[in-house]
This record gives sequence, structure tokens and C-alpha cells, in this order.
Amino acid sequence: MTTTDLVRRFEREATDAGCEVRRTSAENFRHVVSELLEPPAVGAPLPFDGVSLPESVETNPTAADLEAAATGVTPVRFAVADYGSVAVESTAAGEEAASLFPARHVAVLAAGDVVADMPAGIERLGDVVRAGGDAVLATGPSATADMGELVLGAHGPREVCVVVLEDR
Amino acid sequence: MSGKSASREEKAARIRRLLATEGESVERNTQGFNRGRYEAVAELSDYEGLKDEARAIKEDAIERLPELIERVRESVEANGGTVYLAEDAADANRYVREVVRDADAETVVKSKSMTTEELEVNDALAEAGAEVWETDLGEFVLQVADEAPSHIVAPAIHRSEADIATLFEEVFGPEEPLETADDLTRFAREFLAEKIREADVGMTGANFVAADTGTLTLVTSEGNARKSVAATDTHVAVAGVEKLLPTFEDVAPFVELIGRSGTGQSITSYVTFLTPPGDAPTMEFEGEETEAASEVGGENDREFHLVLVDNGRTAMREDDQLRETLYCIRCSACLNSCANFQHVGGHGFGGETYSGGIATGWEAGVHGLDSAAEFNDFCTGCTRCVNQCPVKIDVPWINTVVRDRLNRGAEGNFDFLVEGLTPDEESGGLDLQKRLFGNFPTLAKLGSATAPVSNWLARAPGVRALAERTLGVDARRELPEFRRETLRKWFENWESRGGRTRGRGERVGRATGAADSRAGVGTGDARTGAETGESDREAVLYPDPYTNHVAVERGKAAVRTLEALGVSVRVPDLPASGRAPLSQGMVATAEARASAVADALAPHLDAGRDVVVVEPSDLAMFRADYRNLLPESTADRVAEASYELFEYVYGLLENGADPGALRSADPDASRGAGDASSNRVAYHAHCQQRTLGLERYTTAVLERLSYDVVTSDVECCGMAGSFGYKLEYYELSLDVGEDLREGFAGEETVLASGTSCCEQLTALRDDETRHPVEFVAPR
Repeated sequence: MTTTDLVRRFEREATDAGCEVRRTSAENFRHVVSELLEPPAVGAPLPFDGVSLPESVETNPTAADLEAAATGVTPVRFAVADYGSVAVESTAAGEEAASLFPARHVAVLAAGDVVADMPAGIERLGDVVRAGGDAVLATGPSATADMGELVLGAHGPREVCVVVLEDR
Repeated sequence: MSGKSASREEKAARIRRLLATEGESVERNTQGFNRGRYEAVAELSDYEGLKDEARAIKEDAIERLPELIERVRESVEANGGTVYLAEDAADANRYVREVVRDADAETVVKSKSMTTEELEVNDALAEAGAEVWETDLGEFVLQVADEAPSHIVAPAIHRSEADIATLFEEVFGPEEPLETADDLTRFAREFLAEKIREADVGMTGANFVAADTGTLTLVTSEGNARKSVAATDTHVAVAGVEKLLPTFEDVAPFVELIGRSGTGQSITSYVTFLTPPGDAPTMEFEGEETEAASEVGGENDREFHLVLVDNGRTAMREDDQLRETLYCIRCSACLNSCANFQHVGGHGFGGETYSGGIATGWEAGVHGLDSAAEFNDFCTGCTRCVNQCPVKIDVPWINTVVRDRLNRGAEGNFDFLVEGLTPDEESGGLDLQKRLFGNFPTLAKLGSATAPVSNWLARAPGVRALAERTLGVDARRELPEFRRETLRKWFENWESRGGRTRGRGERVGRATGAADSRAGVGTGDARTGAETGESDREAVLYPDPYTNHVAVERGKAAVRTLEALGVSVRVPDLPASGRAPLSQGMVATAEARASAVADALAPHLDAGRDVVVVEPSDLAMFRADYRNLLPESTADRVAEASYELFEYVYGLLENGADPGALRSADPDASRGAGDASSNRVAYHAHCQQRTLGLERYTTAVLERLSYDVVTSDVECCGMAGSFGYKLEYYELSLDVGEDLREGFAGEETVLASGTSCCEQLTALRDDETRHPVEFVAPR
């Protein structure tokens, strides 16, 4: 499968899982992400060439900032097309908390980091864990059915948006 | 005696209470999970392959368990964490208490873990003066209600939204009323967010633990496990030793299977992979600043403890029958697919901790046989869970083995009541009710020989009351009516009148078909062993006790059908299959019966005859259960040669036999002249037949004969052999059957393959339900 096919497949599955998916170029990223930010926002720096977060995003948040934040913007290490999942790595930059505490998680994904299926995803996770790292495969918003009906936003985010950098 | 019957009545009352209070909620939720599962596994391109892979990994891991424990100790310690191997619950609790004390923790937050339920770790921590909060919303509800989980994945499945609203209202007295699930969730989240903020220790379970890297896999949807770890400085993970996998990559098939098998989601919201302590910064809520990120091994690192729990598991590993339980990934597929569980939930069908089919193995292993005894009989052996288990555990077999062990431990009395009826291999002390049902074939033989007196006697009120009191045979259930003329006796006359010759006269030429029939519909189970060469096809119709003594008409119809399709039929005197004792947990008796059947069939198999079986539960014995009871080659030989009746008919038709010889819905196409006013028939396949993938043959044959077939989608009719006869389970049996009755409401013609299904449907619908062969056989 080509990158475009993988991205298309990922987009379909992630949307089914309850995510909003936006495709953009590195150049237009600022514009797209600004539309998705509900302030106050926290985040972790983005490792993609030519791409950075708007200044309004606090990248060195205190615990209180995290609790107060409405949006968390983080990079993701890769995505699994078949499942619409994104792998949020947990580094010293604090992606884990920024992707978990605010009600909206904006995940930034490079199109070149979409793998086809779970075996490929586990292989990439193998690299992460063998380097001593942690990661979560996140698929759609946090959810619970424990109170009767299905409710989104149990302990984690209620909304997940994935911004795909098509030229990265 | 009075003790036993009183406890039966008590049990019946308890089941009645559960049906009324928790049944509806459990049923709605489990059936939802179950439907989801069927859809979610259908999306996988190679479901069976993934299951095989998962099974192989677990087999290997349990085989190498001692080595993996050492390996994970090395990898966790290399990362700076600690591994503690706890011998039992007390040992594990003592260790956890020490960790909590050392951390000076006032508050501990927990994410859902059945293993900590098994240990009752919350009580142990309360003793140590720590406040413990369950952050999984289902567990939180139970904590507030002071209740035990009733399901291994969805612990509060038995509670409705309205129940929870009332509970929260009473306990918390919120300022604003909590009405919707959304309100309740928001309230609980905010309440728990504060507890998480205060907490010093986060406890989690682990769905899988990779020995080579020390990586924990946590499968969750709410995000509470992530928060409990992220927001605390000390992480204690508690996991049974059976959770170990050799390498990290081994987790791949499980990630694809676990959510699908459990709640029917292709994947849960979060699958977290933690190799503690990790690099994530710790959080300090009390001060203003988040602690800065630190070097690995620096003083701000999280402290990590992996508590590996044995608590009976090593002994289970050494137990040839219970070992399989350790392959369980606790996905809940066996609970959700179980008709009885769907109606009573884990507060009926469960032990001290675990619930549902697989719980028998777990409870017997970790809490002992007594805990398993409470609910073991809820498994009717219907086998609907067998294909649903992602690691292919034979759950009914584990239940049977445990039942057998329970039987052997029981103390008996009043054996004289069933003396003479019980030529079994069991030791004294076996429960009379079980002994009676386990020896049904003897009872049937005697019943036929003395009919109609036996039938009249069985209906006499005094007799029924006595049978209910002493044997636990519910007086409300219609008893089978024994026929004076058995199928075998009828067949002898039929044969002498030329029945078989007539069959030859309508022969369709060489009927090579049935042997290829399975391959023909894509099961891939092509067989050549039963080929009969150039000679005519010969079949032995297996005269199971029911067909022979009670449901004689279906036996006659089967003979006429096979002969009309050109098969030369024999109905020899063959021993009972062993189904009846097996379902009572009388394994030694079942083994003896299986050997007798194999011996009696041997000359027929030598002569190249096929074995055609009318009763699906007997077919399941031949094709599946005998593998547990006989030497492999003997079991294979019987399995290879035996066919379900409609599977065989389908094969004959596929290979050229003339369907015009059978009764069709379309009179033009049928020389046998159709009698149906409507072409529509409703068909309920037997549960064990469906597990073996055989129900489609009946549907296909009926459709070929121009019937419009509607089928049932319930897992089981609720009767399952002896189950619905038993005083304690009669009402549950009817309650389960109600779903089937509703599904077929308004249907004029209802057909069912199993004797029990026919009896149950006849009772529920107040209308005769027949075997499909009676519907299509030429007159």
C-alpha cells in the first residue's frame, strides 16, 4: 500500500472510532491547529521538520495547568491504519499527560508514520519498549459504558482530533 | 435428604431472585457484547489463525513459566523496579501493605484488576490505614454499593443506570440530581479526579507482562489506569504469574483479540505499554510546579513494584486438566456467550471472585473446589463458549472435570433409591439426582419395557412429588414418554417387510457424496476414510436412547429418508454414547461407555459403513468429547466415520441423490407431495451442532426443498439435556427459553434438532415441535 492508501485507511478507521481527522501540509499546519485549539492549551513540542506549535500552547505545564487545560496537543510516534489507532509515546516532554488530562486531544501525525496493521504496529512498539520507553495505542476518545449508556470522556479526553501532515 | 432438597429449594429461590433483580440488566449488556463480538471477529481476515497463534503462545508461556519468572525479574530489576513473587493472597497483601507504608501513602488509587479482587487487597490496605479508591467507574459503583463484581470485564453489568442514580443519590446526596449516564459519569470522574490528585500510590493489574522487556500491557477504555500511574510516584502492578509472555512481540495477537472477544470492540480506547519506570515526568499536584523531567535512575523517578501472584497457579500448571485455565486472558467471551450467564450473571454463576464458564477452573485453582461447587452446575455443557474463546480453552470440559472431582468428594445417602438403575462406574456418595440423570439410558430401557405402566406411574402425582423431593426432578416439567415399540423393534419389522429393499430400488447410483460433504461447504475438513468404494453406501443409524425409546418417530423418519436417498440402513444394538453420565460429571462412566461404543462400532467401521447420528449431543460426543475419553486413534476413527443426519443428507443430495424423493414445499417438484400450506419454517439448531458448524446443512437441505427457513439467534434453548428437569434450575431454564419462544412467536411450523430443544419448545409454545427429518421424510 502506498502512503496515501494507508492514510486513507487510517482516516476511515479513526473516524469510525470517533476521531476527527484533518489532513494538511507542514506549511498550513499552524492555521489548521489554531482552529482546533480551545484555550487554555498545553502540549509537547513537535519533532517534525518545519512544524511547531502556536505560542499559546504551554509546553512546560504545571500539574495545575494540565488540570485547567481544555486542549492538549502532542505529536504521535506512529499510527496503525487498520485500527485507526495512534501511538502516543510517553517521554520527558510530557505527551502522556497532555494527551490524557484535557478534554480534547489534538494528535499530530506524519503521513510517513502510518503502518498498515497490528503486527507492524507492535514491531514499532518493540523499538520503543526496548529503548525503555512507554507508549499507549489510543483509539478514539476515552469511553465507558459502566453507567448504563455509552459515555465519551470517562477519565480521559472526550474528543480526539488527528492532524495528518501529508508532506511529512 | 431433607438437607439436600432444602438446599435445592434455596438455590431455586436464589436464582428466582437474581432473575427478577439483576437478570434484565445482565441480559441486555451481555447480549450486546455478544452481538458485538460476532461482528468484530468477522472483520478479521484470519480469526482462526490468530486464535491458533494466541493459543500456541500461551501454551509455550505456561510450559516455560519458571524460566519466565526469572527472566522478568532480571528485566524489571535492570530497569530499576522490583519484582515480588507472592506465594498466596496473604503474602501478596503483606507485601503491598509494606510498599504503601513505605510510601507513607494515605490514598491509593486503583485501576480495575480481577487479581486484586482475588486477593481482596482493598481490605488488606484498609487495615493498614490507607484509603483505597477504585477508579474504574464500574468498580467504583461496586465500591460505593459494597458489592462484588458480577462480571470479569464489566463488573457492574448487573446494575442499570437508574440503580446507579439511586445509589449515588443515597450515598453522596449531590446538589444537582444525577439522571443520565452522562451525569453519573461526570460526577464520578470529578469525585475520582480529586482522589487521583491526592493519591501517592497507583495500583494496576496487567493484562500481559513481557518477560524479556518487563513491559506491562494494560487494556482499558476509560483512561483511569493511565491517570493512576501518571499522577502517582509509586506504581504497584499486581498480576497472576500466568500473565507472563516470553517476548514483547508475543502480545500482538492478543491486542487484536482481547477487545473483540470481550465487549465486541475491535480495540479498546487505550492499550498501554509500560516498561516502568519510564521517562514520563512525575506530577506534583500539591505544589505549583510539575517536577522537572529527570534522568533515568534519578531521584524523581517513579518507584515500581511488580507483584507476581501464584496463589495456586503453580499447582494448576501441574494439573493436566486445570492447566488450560491458565491460558485464559479474561476477555469474558465465555460469560457473554453463555445463555445461563446472560440470565443470572456472575452473582449466580460465579464463585468468590470469578464468574461464568471459565470461573470453575479459576475458583477450583485459587480458592479450592468448594468455591467452584457453588455454581459449577450452571454450565450445561452446551459448548457455545468453546468457539468464542480466543485461546481455544475447552471450558465445558474443565467444568466436567471439576464436577467429577466434586462428585467424588460428596458424601452420599439414599443410594438404594436408584439402585439397579445405576450400572455406573462412580464411587459411592454421588448426588442422587446426578446419578439418576447420568443413568438415563438404563431408565429409558426399563421405561420402554414397562410402558405404558411406566408412563402412567411417572404421571401419578405422588410419584412426581417423591421424585421431586428425593431426586430433585421438577414436578412441573413434562417427563419423556417411553414408547413400547422402540425404534430397533420397529426397524426389525420394517426390514423384514422389505424396507431396505425399497431403499435399494430408489438408489441414486453410487452415493460417494457424504464423505466429501464437509469439504463441499467449505469447512476444509475433507475426508476419505469413509469411502466405500464401488459398493452401495451403507449407513448405521445410531439408536441413541432418546430416539430409540422416546422420540421414535424421528428415528423412523431418518430411516425412510436415508433409504429414499439410496442408502442401505442398519439400526444395530449399540450402547449409549456416554453423554448422560458426562453431563453429570461422571467421567469414569462416560469413559466406559465411550469404549463400549467404539468396540461395538468397530465391525461396522471395518465394513466401511458410515455412522449417522440423529441426536446432536451424541454426535458431539463422537466427534468432539471422545477425544477427551478415548485413545486418540480410536477417537479419531469414530469421529471420522460419524455424521450428523442432515450433514449426511446434504452430502447425498450434493452428490446426485434425488431431492424429489423427499417432501418438498413445492408440490410440483416433489413426488412425495408437499403438505405445507405455507413454505415458511422456523428452525432452531442444537447448541452443540452449531459449535461444530453443522446447523447450516439442515438449513441448506430445507431450502433445497423450497422451504423459507428462519433461524434462531439465541445461544441455547435453556434446556440442555437434564438441566431443565432439575428442581433448582427449572425456572432458569424456562427464562432462558423465553428468548427462543419470543423469537419464534407467530411462527406456525417450528423445527428443532435436539430432543431437549424439542421438549423445551413444545413446553414453551404449547405446540408440538418436531425434528426436521420428520418434516422432509417421505411418508
